[in-house]
Amino acid sequence: MKIDKNEKPRSFQDIIMRLNQYWSSNGCAILQPYDMEVGAGTFHPATTLRALGPKPWSVAYVQSCRRPTDGRYGENPNRLQHYYQYQVLIKPSPEQLQELYLGSLEAIGINMNVHDIRFVEDDWESPTLGAWGLGWEVWCDGMEVSQFTYFQQIGGHDCNPVSGELTYGLERLAMYVLGSDHVMDMPFNDPDSPTKLKYRDIFFQTEQEYSRWNFDIADTEVLLKNFLDAEKQCVNILNQEELDKTTGKKIIMVHPAYDQCIKASHFFNLLDARGVISVTERQAYIARVRKLTKLCADSFLSTEAGGAAE
Amino acid sequence: MPDLLLELFSEEMPADAQVPASDNLKKYITDGFINESVSYANAASFSTPQRLCVVIEGLAAISEKKVESKRGPKVDAPRRAVEGFASSVNLKIGDLKIKEEEKGKYYFAELHQPVSRVEDLASKIVKDAILNLGWRKSMRWGNSQIKWVRPLRSILCVMTFEDRSEIVSMNIGDIKASNETCGHRFMCPDKFTVDSFECYQDKLRKSYVILDPIERAEIIWTDASNLAFSHGLRVIKDDNLLNEVSALVEWPSVLMGEISNKYLDLPSELLQTSMKVHQKFFSLVNDKNKKIEKFITVANVICDDNGQTIIKGNQKVLDARLADGKFFFENDLKIAKEGGSSWMANLNDVVFHGKLGSLSDRVVRINRLALKLAPYFEIENEKICKAVNFSKTDLCSQMVYEFPELQGVMGKYYAEAAGYDNEIALAILEHYQPQGPSDKLPSQPLSVILALADKIDLLSCFWSIDEKPTGSKDPYALRRAAIGVIRLILNSGVNINLQEILSDKVVNFDVPKDEIIHFLHERLKVLFRDRGDRYDVIEACLNASESNDLVLLEEKINALGSFLSTDNGIKLLKGFKRANNILVAEEKKDGVIYELDPELKYMKNSYEKNLFKAINKIQPEIKKELKKKNFEAVLLKTTKLLGPIDDFFIEVKVNDESQITRRNRLCLLNSVKNICSTFCDLTLIQDITSQIDN
Repeated sequence: MKIDKNEKPRSFQDIIMRLNQYWSSNGCAILQPYDMEVGAGTFHPATTLRALGPKPWSVAYVQSCRRPTDGRYGENPNRLQHYYQYQVLIKPSPEQLQELYLGSLEAIGINMNVHDIRFVEDDWESPTLGAWGLGWEVWCDGMEVSQFTYFQQIGGHDCNPVSGELTYGLERLAMYVLGSDHVMDMPFNDPDSPTKLKYRDIFFQTEQEYSRWNFDIADTEVLLKNFLDAEKQCVNILNQEELDKTTGKKIIMVHPAYDQCIKASHFFNLLDARGVISVTERQAYIARVRKLTKLCADSFLSTEAGGAAE
Repeated sequence: MPDLLLELFSEEMPADAQVPASDNLKKYITDGFINESVSYANAASFSTPQRLCVVIEGLAAISEKKVESKRGPKVDAPRRAVEGFASSVNLKIGDLKIKEEEKGKYYFAELHQPVSRVEDLASKIVKDAILNLGWRKSMRWGNSQIKWVRPLRSILCVMTFEDRSEIVSMNIGDIKASNETCGHRFMCPDKFTVDSFECYQDKLRKSYVILDPIERAEIIWTDASNLAFSHGLRVIKDDNLLNEVSALVEWPSVLMGEISNKYLDLPSELLQTSMKVHQKFFSLVNDKNKKIEKFITVANVICDDNGQTIIKGNQKVLDARLADGKFFFENDLKIAKEGGSSWMANLNDVVFHGKLGSLSDRVVRINRLALKLAPYFEIENEKICKAVNFSKTDLCSQMVYEFPELQGVMGKYYAEAAGYDNEIALAILEHYQPQGPSDKLPSQPLSVILALADKIDLLSCFWSIDEKPTGSKDPYALRRAAIGVIRLILNSGVNINLQEILSDKVVNFDVPKDEIIHFLHERLKVLFRDRGDRYDVIEACLNASESNDLVLLEEKINALGSFLSTDNGIKLLKGFKRANNILVAEEKKDGVIYELDPELKYMKNSYEKNLFKAINKIQPEIKKELKKKNFEAVLLKTTKLLGPIDDFFIEVKVNDESQITRRNRLCLLNSVKNICSTFCDLTLIQDITSQIDN
């Protein structure tokens, strides 16, 4: 498929495919979404873990994200408890990353001659990931369409070299490009196809269901127990001996442990949406997840992918 | 006279960092030249989102001759030592100078520093300035070895002479300085070379970059005002927003947009805050109905379609924002209409401070304080309790969760919805006032009670757990609270006793009341000095008597200040000082204090008798005035002593041969001192001579 800049994308999936095409042609490996509930594309181990260590890395992928507190029963024009992010991570960050990024906007049909694109200061911080970076919110005509970050630290470790991370809020961006006023009215597939599907056809009912569940029904006692279990298991996994008895090789199980960390984070988000976490407790929970991330980051750096010598 | 031009071109810098960074850069560079004895005529700095620029005009072409004098051995030192010194500075003994110093004659070597060409110095000076520039937060990128606020892309550094221009060569990280830069990111991104500041500024303008942030702000303000005016509206002035927006664009283009009808009835504060905080929009108000009806946004580009797409886009974003705002507001109103009871319950769960309990605990404390204040303002207890109990509920609302700066503002709307009267609703809005030395004060007594109680609780709380402001650190804004207490009390003119009003205990912690009062006095000194009061006058009134009543304290300061600005006041002060000086000297000599009442029977001179009588005559009058707290009158009465005091010092010798007479006269001087010091300690007033010096 070749991108014709003059031909505007016609559907949500068209935009995703164009981004894949664009970043693929700029050298990224196109990964698939991580198969777990995460609050942001940054949680994908291809970002959180791979931004650590000295090895060059260059990936792009779609990630579905869950933000239970943002649920609006499908009524709000652009707030959803489940939505998609498009994530790009390149290590070390190339010199022309801003220009590369602007090229991707053109690839999805944003004409720089009629739009106002702005890089507005944003100090990105993820307390649960023990991570921070500097960069911008990118605004298109006053709307935040991407997050652009130079990672400085993850899991408490300095990033060296520094990765450049781009995160596109896909729904908002697509609504903008496709001219939809309400996310639910956006064409998901080709509007001329025999089975036209709008975003509403796919996600309206699920937004209602999850909003109700997130806010009123999710069993907080169960969630609390889930959180504790995940926390315990994460630590347990990392406490195992490095030597695997079956193969006789050193196998540090960073990714399985990190999965538990992701789970703990999601259970915390659900508890938060249920409104059962007080202000002081909130900080304590975040600190507990951060501790898990840090353990995983520490371990990752002692693996081959993390740049440790065999 | 060469000029220096420097441009640091980077990826977009934070708006609030640009101007301070360019100013610092200018300072470091000019300091660098001065340290190398290179003079210059003018220096200026400019900035845009991507550029820091410093230009220095009229630099001296070479550094001034500098002579350094180096001291060697004494003239009578062994010859070998002298030879050693001479050869260490590459001179012959005959070239050394001899100079006389306090401890004898020494050899001196006069070393002429080599003069340097400015272009040779510039490279190091500029490089040092760049590397020393500090940022609130800096970062690395890619494989960079240096840190900068955002990735640094290029450096332009050119020195312009009358007949030529030169690149000032330097390397920062991987970047090599050049004479190249580029224009506007979108409208004219091509590279171009420059050879002088005029050429630079001119080419930038042609490439859609206005270098001067002040010029950009002026363009924005003028265009916005005109656009608003042509629609019968007015831009709400907001200098912080104007400066921020000016730092977000290189080529400002002012556009006006519409707010959907369905949001026009939202509280105007909500509209304004939402537009400013999230979108950096200016609000346009219709002065006829006080409503905000449109907005101004500032784009960074001129577009093929006159900005129609941009306006539409911005409107859409605003719509979504306001949809959220309306959603929150309406949800909140539902809760408010039921009396806000769920918020009140939530206040129990919101921790105010780990050691100081929840927000509900704080409300209980504020209530207690407010009731103590009630009698001073003659407001019924019931009304106060109602207002206090509702005063913090908006902190649990969704709206204030989204926009913390709307605390109090939303409280007022919710109080109205809950059925409280206007007085209570207004008190909830105003109880956060004043926010500083010049912020507006509450407009009615009930608000003043709440505002005072709120701030007194803050001070009591944090002093009780020893979390006081230190140096520049004041995380709980206690200085602001203290200034608030002072202004509220003084403005209402109510004679509140601070000792009685401060809490004794918070939770289980004792409140160090004296420390807080001392802190309030310190703030008051600053406040009064800033409004032009004399420091010594404030001190004189503060130190003479207990000053738990700030209103009285202010009256004393005013009275003494204006008294000392009159001729009679200065004369009286002179007499007082003379009496006091003699008294202090003699008391020191004798090791006694002369505090007995002088007695007429020991007086042998009519002048001392006159003074004595004059004192006795005004004594009861002064007492009367003091009782009435009429401090100006008190001071005025003392001027009746002027003649008798003058005569006394001319005609009477205090140190009489008779000890009885002498002591009696010293006691008389003590009476003079006392009658002048009924409410202020005049010894703290600066001498008249030193005042003239000032």
